[in-house]
Amino acid sequence: MTLAWILFYLPIAMAAANQLVLRRNPLVPYLATAACGVCFVISLLLLGANGTTGFSWAHIGGLDIHIALKLDHLSTGMMVVVTGVGFLVHVFSLAYMKEDESVNRYFCGLGLFMFSMTGIVLSENFIMMFIFWELVGLSSYLLISHWYHKDSAADAGKKAFLCNRLGDFSFMIGVLLLWGISGSLGFEGLRTWANDGGVAAAPATLLGVAILCIFGGAVGKSAQLPLHVWLPDAMEGPTPASALIHAATMVAAGVYMLFRLQLSIGAEAFAGFAGTTIAWIGGLTALLAALMATQQNDIKRILAYSTLSQLGYMIMAVGLLAGEAGMFHLYTHAWFKALLFLGAGAIIYACHHQQDIWKMGGLLKKMPITTATFAAGTAALIAVPYVTSGFWSKEEILAAAYHGDKFLFSIATGVAFLTAFYMTRAFVVTFLGKPRSDDASHAHEVGPIMWVPLTILALLAILSGYHFASDLLNATRPEHIANTTVLIASIGTLILGFGTGFTLYRGRDKDPLSIPLFRERFYFDGIYDNFIVRYFQDAFAAIIHFLDELLINGLLVGGLSRGAVSLGNVFRKLQSGQLQGYTYAFGLGVILVVYFTVFL
Amino acid sequence: MATLNDYLLVSGLLFAIGLAGVVLRRNIIVVFMCLELMLSAANLSLIAFSRFNTVNGLPDYNGQMLVFFVITVAAAEVAVGLAIIVALYRARQTIHTDELTSLKG
Repeated sequence: MTLAWILFYLPIAMAAANQLVLRRNPLVPYLATAACGVCFVISLLLLGANGTTGFSWAHIGGLDIHIALKLDHLSTGMMVVVTGVGFLVHVFSLAYMKEDESVNRYFCGLGLFMFSMTGIVLSENFIMMFIFWELVGLSSYLLISHWYHKDSAADAGKKAFLCNRLGDFSFMIGVLLLWGISGSLGFEGLRTWANDGGVAAAPATLLGVAILCIFGGAVGKSAQLPLHVWLPDAMEGPTPASALIHAATMVAAGVYMLFRLQLSIGAEAFAGFAGTTIAWIGGLTALLAALMATQQNDIKRILAYSTLSQLGYMIMAVGLLAGEAGMFHLYTHAWFKALLFLGAGAIIYACHHQQDIWKMGGLLKKMPITTATFAAGTAALIAVPYVTSGFWSKEEILAAAYHGDKFLFSIATGVAFLTAFYMTRAFVVTFLGKPRSDDASHAHEVGPIMWVPLTILALLAILSGYHFASDLLNATRPEHIANTTVLIASIGTLILGFGTGFTLYRGRDKDPLSIPLFRERFYFDGIYDNFIVRYFQDAFAAIIHFLDELLINGLLVGGLSRGAVSLGNVFRKLQSGQLQGYTYAFGLGVILVVYFTVFL
Repeated sequence: MATLNDYLLVSGLLFAIGLAGVVLRRNIIVVFMCLELMLSAANLSLIAFSRFNTVNGLPDYNGQMLVFFVITVAAAEVAVGLAIIVALYRARQTIHTDELTSLKG
C-alpha cells in the first residue's frame, strides 16, 4: 500500500521540485523521466494487488469525502498502460523536445498530467475522480498551449478547456444525481447498493438520466459527439504530449470511468434508454470521425480523427453492455495509437516540422525503422487478422454490436472499412512514392532515443492482444466469441479498405478524391462558431456588457465619481476668490461662535 | 466720570467700523488701515479693563503690558503688510481687491 502512495505522489512531487527548485536546470527532463520510470516499475509490482487505502479528506454533515486509492484488476492494469505509455513518451520527449527553450515547463506539465491521471485511475469514489478529472483537463490545457505564443495553440487550448468544462459540469450533475438516488459516492458503496437491489428499486428514468449526465463527462473528456471538436485542434500541442494525452490515456479516461460505473452498479442499470443513447453516440462518433479522417492532409489530424473513431468504438461497446470489450480495446489501442503518434512525431521531427502528408513521401528508404514501426501500428489499427492486437479487441466490439444491435453492427463494419481505407491512404502517401518536398528529401532516420520507444511500442502493438500479454496486464479480456459472420465481415472490410486505399493513392501526387463535406469536418466548427458562439456567447457577452456599463460603470463607479463631482461643485461656489467674501464669512463665523459660547 | 461701559461702547464702535471697512472697502490700503483700527479697538478695551480692574487700589498693569506688546507686534505687522502690498502692486499693477481673484475655485 505504501507503494501505491509513492506511485500516487511521486509525479507531483517531482513536477513540483522541478518547477519550484530546479527550474532551468538541464537535469529536469532526465529526473522527470526517471520518476516516470519508477512509477512504471511500481505499477508492474502492484499488478493484481487488491485493496483500498486512504484518509478522510472532508467531512460535511453526513457526507464523508475520502481521498483513497483503490487497487483492483481494473485500476492496476490501467496503471501499467498509463505509466508504460507515459514512460515511453517521456523518453521520446527527451529527444523530441531537446531544442525547445521551455522544455522544463513541458516536463512539469507531463508530471502534473501523470499525477492527475494516476488519481483518476486509482480513485475510490466519484468526488476524488472528479477532482482529478478536472486536473487532467488543466494539464491537457497546459500541454496543448505549450507553444502559447502561437495563436492557434492558445486558441486550441482554450477550446479544449471549454469543451471539457462543459462535459465536466454534466459529470458533476450526474454524480450528484447518483448520490441522491443511491446515497453513496464510493464505488464500493455503489456496488453494495446495487447488490441490495437498489437499481431495481430506483426510479428507472432518474437513474437513466443520472447515467447519461455522468456519460456527459465522458463525452467531454473522450471527445464524443457533439463535443468532439476540441480533440483535432488539440494537435497543436507537442506531438509526444498528443500521443500520451490525446491518444492513449486521458481521452480513454471517459471509457474507464464509464466501465468503472458499470462494474459498480452493474450492467443492467445501463439497459434501457441510457445504454442505447451511449451506444448510438459512440457509433455515430466512430462513423463521422472515420469519414472526416479520409479527407485530412495533416498527419496528426488523421490520427486524431482515428482516435475519435476508436473512442467511439469503445463508448459504443460500453453502451452495448460489453464494457469488457471496450476496456480491452482501450488497452490495445493505447499501445498502438501511442506508437502511431510517436511515429508521426518522429516523421515530423525528421521533416523539419512538416505535417502535410502530401509534402512527404518516399520515407520508406530514408527512415526504415520508423516506417516498420508505423506499419506495425497501422496494421494493429486496421486490425490485420490473428497477428495484431487490434484485431482481437475490435473483434470483441464487433461481436458485441452483432449481438446487441444489427444496425450498429453495420455502422461498426463501415467504420472498419473506412479505418483500413484512411490508414492505407496515410501510409501510402507518407512512406511510398517519391519525396514531394525538400523537407522530405532531406529527412533521415531519427536517433535511438526516439526509435527505441517506437520499437517497444511496435512489439506491444502486435503482442498485447495475445493471452500471455493481456493476462499479465490483468486486462479484462473477454472470452473470444467465435462468430463466423463477424470474422468474415471484419476481414472482408479490411481487404476492401486496404485494396481501395492502395489502388487509389499509389503513386499519386495529390488527392484524387475531393469531398468538401468530409474535409470541412461536416461543418461542425463552422456551425459552432456561427450559431453557438455567436448567439449564446455573444448574447451572454452583451448581457454582461450591459450590466457592466449600467450597474458597475453607471451606478457604482460612475455614480460615486459623479457624486463627488457635484459635491465639489457646491463647495466650489464658496471659493469665490473674493477677499472680502472670506472676511465676511470669517466675521459671521466669529459672531456665531461668540453667540453659541456666551449666550447658549 | 466715564464708566467702563462707555469705553467698551466706543471700543465696540471702533471695532465695528474697522470690520465694516475690511468687509466693504475695495482698496487694499484702506482695508489694511481698517484692520489697524480693529486692533486699536481691542487695545482700547484692554486699557479700559486694566483701568477699572483695581488690585489693592492700583490698576491691573497686566492689561497695559499686553497693549504695548500688541502695538509692537502691530508695527512689525504693518511693515510686513505694506511690503506685501508693494510687492503685490509690482506683480499685478493693482491694489483693488475685486481684481485679485486668482484663488477662485
